Amino acid sequence: MGNIELINVSKQFPGAPRPAVRDCSLDVEQGSFVVLLGPSGCGKTTLLKMVNRLYEPTGGQILINGADIREIKVTTLRQRIGYVIQQTGLFPHMTVAQNVAVVPRLLGWERDRIDARIDELLRLIKLAPEEYRNRYPSQLSGGQQQRVGLARALAGDPEVMLMDEPFGAIDAITRTSLQDEMLRLQRQLKKTILFVTHDVEEALRLADKIVVMDFGSIVQYDTPFHILTNPANAFVHNLVGADDTVRRLSLLQVDMVMSRTPADYAHNGHPTIAANDNLRNALSVLLRTGAVSLTVLQDAQPVGVLTLDDIRSNAGTNNVAAIEKGHAV
Amino acid sequence: MEVFVEAFAYATENMGELWNALLRHLLLVATALGVGVAVCVPLGVWTARSRFASATFINLFNTLRVIPSLAILFLALPYFGLSFESAAIALTILALPPILINTDAAFRNINPAVREAARGMGMGGLDTFWQVEFPLALPVILAGIRTSLVEVIASATLAAFIGAGGLGDFIVLGSQLRNEAILLVGAIPVAIMAVLAEVGMSSLQKALEVPA
Repeated sequence: MGNIELINVSKQFPGAPRPAVRDCSLDVEQGSFVVLLGPSGCGKTTLLKMVNRLYEPTGGQILINGADIREIKVTTLRQRIGYVIQQTGLFPHMTVAQNVAVVPRLLGWERDRIDARIDELLRLIKLAPEEYRNRYPSQLSGGQQQRVGLARALAGDPEVMLMDEPFGAIDAITRTSLQDEMLRLQRQLKKTILFVTHDVEEALRLADKIVVMDFGSIVQYDTPFHILTNPANAFVHNLVGADDTVRRLSLLQVDMVMSRTPADYAHNGHPTIAANDNLRNALSVLLRTGAVSLTVLQDAQPVGVLTLDDIRSNAGTNNVAAIEKGHAV
Repeated sequence: MEVFVEAFAYATENMGELWNALLRHLLLVATALGVGVAVCVPLGVWTARSRFASATFINLFNTLRVIPSLAILFLALPYFGLSFESAAIALTILALPPILINTDAAFRNINPAVREAARGMGMGGLDTFWQVEFPLALPVILAGIRTSLVEVIASATLAAFIGAGGLGDFIVLGSQLRNEAILLVGAIPVAIMAVLAEVGMSSLQKALEVPA
């Protein structure tokens, strides 16, 4: 359930010189987080909006759970797909609770069930229901609005989520925390997510798989690490900055490259880093503290040691198998 | 000060006539405004969606607005005579443009992201209109109705010039007799009504506005 399949999908807008989307085929597995990445005008948003039929394809077919989406009543289809957009699109005249209740109400849920769902979702996105239920969107920060937008999209418990540059208009610090939040939620909820962005860092950070698009076509569909290490062509290479060693380090996890702690290892006041953190952050700690090595912690217990040499020897690695295991954790 | 005392005395002596004139005045206002809202709110919903409708009707109504009310009053005379209808038509034409222009602007200015979110979540056309677009447009529509209402309350005094009654009767009579007290018996209630309308509509509008 929640599998999305695009078969030779095209979209030609009337009067446009070339198709916005050209012959795109894509198989999105259930529970995977797939990011559509590309420069503006590459067709990524058009592709996304064909999945909930805000645009109708001019060619090809889209299947969800094997069923052609054209066979499903359009409002029913959309009520079953979570949709989050950049400007949040929260209804300014409705409270947070009313906004979250929109889809459950369309689905005809009972009042009590809706109320319970609102509280559950607000807790999920870390906004205390007692405090935030009755606020209006204008009384929230940009980050909070985007969280509510997310809660609203999750309200009907959809299998599929479409997210159109949801964090695009948000300052860098808040964006990072929203991305963390998104990863946490996805670990918990396992939705099938299609997520549009033009931010490479965001794509690398969030995606199980990235779809790189250019001029309406899919150029590459692969894991973040593969895309960085084996870009399909010069366009992808330049787009993702495949030469950027530091960027590559951000996809490598500390416990993949550390040395096991010797039995007699003494902590000795070395700076510490979490086992599931990435090498980019580890490098940053080493440089900042001037330490020779870092103690790797898991559940507050030292489990390993990481040195600058460990990082250097892995920076150029193409050891995909090892790395992908790391990324999947 | 003395003139107000005289006016008050005249009003108490002619309470019956004053009451009738007031009701007549209100009836004129209600008719003009009622027709204005009934025509212009739906029309504004349409003009906000259609370039053709917007160019046609907004220009037409703006042109009508340039014609002085008094002129419309006398233009209506040959067809409807010295009657309530003539006055109501002139006042309705006065009431139309602000309501149409505000309704058009209200729907035009709804954030497209909000509309897209409504569609994207699976709201049908009617749900989107009644649950999202209309509540968001309402305060701006009310601002248009307020402008019309205040204009119509003041202009309804002109009805007296063609014998259609209303509080203008006292103003006409007062000016003919050069009696300021009688004139005030008409003018003061009109001013009070206009102020009440302004204040009432403003607070209604505030109450319905999206909290900031």
